Amino acid sequence: MEIPVMVGAGLVVIGVGIGIGNIGGSALEAIARQPEATNRIQTVMLIAAALIEGVAFAALFAVS
Amino acid sequence: MRSRIIYSLVLFALIFNPFVGTSQHSELAEDSLTFQEEIKLDIRHHLEDGHDYHLFTDESTGSHYGFPLPVILVDEGVHFFMSSAFHHGEEVAESKGKFYLVYHNKVYRTDAEGTLSFDADHHPTNVKPLDLSITKNVFHIIAIGLLMLVLFGRAARNYKNDLVPRGVAKFVEPIVLFVRDDIARPNIGEKSYRKYMGFLLTVFFFIWIVNLLGLTPLGVNINNSVAVTFALALITFLITNLSGTKTYWLHILDPLGKSMPWYGKLGIYPLLVPIEILGIFIKPFALMIRLYANITAGHIVMMSLLGLIFIFKSWIGSPLSFGLAFFIGILELLVAALQAYIFTMLSALYFGSAAAEPHHDH
Repeated sequence: MEIPVMVGAGLVVIGVGIGIGNIGGSALEAIARQPEATNRIQTVMLIAAALIEGVAFAALFAVS
Repeated sequence: MRSRIIYSLVLFALIFNPFVGTSQHSELAEDSLTFQEEIKLDIRHHLEDGHDYHLFTDESTGSHYGFPLPVILVDEGVHFFMSSAFHHGEEVAESKGKFYLVYHNKVYRTDAEGTLSFDADHHPTNVKPLDLSITKNVFHIIAIGLLMLVLFGRAARNYKNDLVPRGVAKFVEPIVLFVRDDIARPNIGEKSYRKYMGFLLTVFFFIWIVNLLGLTPLGVNINNSVAVTFALALITFLITNLSGTKTYWLHILDPLGKSMPWYGKLGIYPLLVPIEILGIFIKPFALMIRLYANITAGHIVMMSLLGLIFIFKSWIGSPLSFGLAFFIGILELLVAALQAYIFTMLSALYFGSAAAEPHHDH
């Protein structure tokens, strides 16, 4: 693989890592504030994480 | 009792298939590849669709175990023959005077010697007939469809006698209620969620079962091909747009409605409306790409890690890569269920916007 492809793929993964990390972090904070809402928060977190991962995979397939 | 017989007959037919046979071909041409390249070829062969069902190869005798599948080609008349005529891609099959050759899982029309003319990109330029054959993917889809029909038919018949379920119904009832109460009702609304429940349930269970079976050594990789996920997303697209109410189209073509005067709309709609119209196509497209990419990436990672076991061949490397592959497998279990849930939930979301009722401020 050429260098631009590798750099592009690396940037995509950095973006996804930051994004999903943010989601996980705010989900944890919200659960800490209100433990009764854990189920709903977990559902929303998984949905948002799957959407971002979808973008990441699409970008990876487009890059390679 | 009758359904039990049908169920076992279906399973029996799937496992002990009359097409089972062995063929005595050794692939000597591939001895010249290094071990790593062989593994890569094996992985790619495992993850691709094929015209015959290749279970495994006995290395010592060189005989392949599996069974051939029917090949149906439409090329000035319908040609129907078994893929054993192709002999794993080595021989030219002849049918009604025309010759066909399989190259990289695609069928091309050639002459009697099997010449393929390649262009600059090393792609064959021969004519491809319309290929409607029962490949591995089609066979799996039919088998899983039959399995789901039998299972859920039994579950549905269970409810005729009494409201407390027994058997299969006892197992699927919480999941069906989950799809109804957490996916369909919140997103579509109370009035019209029942119309869409059939499709939502089907697609949820289908994607979940297919993903789970993809983790087994059977080589079921239906969602690995863009064609199948495209078909699923196409059905979502068709249902959304064919059952769209007037409010749905109004939301797309006139998003701001009464809240903006006409001169404001003139300024902003040339930007907003094309994006909304593109969104009609991009949303199912993203569904297709998301499912395809997640499952394909998962399969490739898992197969590569399993191949790593054989590359290391040491006392430390192989157990470590086995452990890694094991954990990735557990993650894949989660991804299997999650992708089914995401596809169903996003479909329900799109159906909800399609079945929108006019609110009072518009």
